[in-house]
Amino acid sequence: MAVADLVLLEADHGRLVAVLERLRQDANAKLVFLLDKNGQHLALSGDLDAIDPTSLASLTAGNVAATDGLAKLIGEREFSILFHEGERDNLHINVVAGTAILLVLFDLRSSLGLVRLRVKKATADLAAILDDVVARSEARRAGFFGARSPFAEITDEDIDALFS
Amino acid sequence: MTFINYAAREINCKIVYYGPGLGGKTTNIQYVYERTGNDTKGKLISLATETDRTLFFDFLPIEFGAIRGFRTRFHLYTVPGQVFYDASRKLILKGVDGVVFVADSQEIRMDANVESIRNLNENLKEHGYDLAKVPYVLQFNKRDLPTAVPVPQMVAALRIKNEPVFEAVATRGLGVFDTLKSIVKSVLLHLRSR
Repeated sequence: MAVADLVLLEADHGRLVAVLERLRQDANAKLVFLLDKNGQHLALSGDLDAIDPTSLASLTAGNVAATDGLAKLIGEREFSILFHEGERDNLHINVVAGTAILLVLFDLRSSLGLVRLRVKKATADLAAILDDVVARSEARRAGFFGARSPFAEITDEDIDALFS
Repeated sequence: MTFINYAAREINCKIVYYGPGLGGKTTNIQYVYERTGNDTKGKLISLATETDRTLFFDFLPIEFGAIRGFRTRFHLYTVPGQVFYDASRKLILKGVDGVVFVADSQEIRMDANVESIRNLNENLKEHGYDLAKVPYVLQFNKRDLPTAVPVPQMVAALRIKNEPVFEAVATRGLGVFDTLKSIVKSVLLHLRSR
């Protein structure tokens, strides 16, 4: 395949969560959620309540992908921020490092201005971590990384057992 | 692009059901949704028009057992089959790990099948994928219809690389899980070979 698999180690996850926690507190947000552009949920901070994280990730990625398509249609490189305003809750969505998407869910206890300000700083921090993750994933694909995939040695029996 | 999450000890793969409009892609994943236990499936999301034509995509996360201590999770997507939704189809193929092509067996839809495979090939190329290398399964749906083209004729017209072929009647579930199991297996074997 043309694209390397994305490999997220526990240490990466811990670093991402630390940045998200800080952002959630600084922005007074209810939930801060990070996913990759393909709709895979990477990390979060806050309370999901009844929100299904897998649905949230796939719909957000679809939303960003459709908006990217719109941007290209009118000759823009991208729309870097999406904002959805509700009666109670609002969503602020932005692309991080070209590979991930940061979603912030906030209500009246915060404001769009505050969220935008805090997101800017957090985006830079997240981008640095994600650049490391992507670089390592690429290196792994090229065979320069020591840790082999846990799936390199799966057997046909392992796979058949999934369906038994 | 497979996502291996060591923190959650899970592996996430993306499977896209592709094919011409009204061929049964949504019916396939609806059947999977109906026949899968609550503990192994997520929510089924359908972004459809009022007349139930897929507008953007259908999405169903489904979990199989664990391999080597990692939970295997598959995200099933369908694309809108109608010709004019090509921009949406292209977006959904991003990061795909395996493709199921749902062909409509009716004689009148054979040209649409051929055109859709050509379109799949083109859209994969735009994402940097090669259809010859992507895990791929071919399903001949609507085998119960009187106008269904004989299987050997469909194979000759639509099979492109010795991919597994399944006959199906998705409305009754025939062939649906066989197709799914086959693509899951192909994706995992592909993962092993990388």
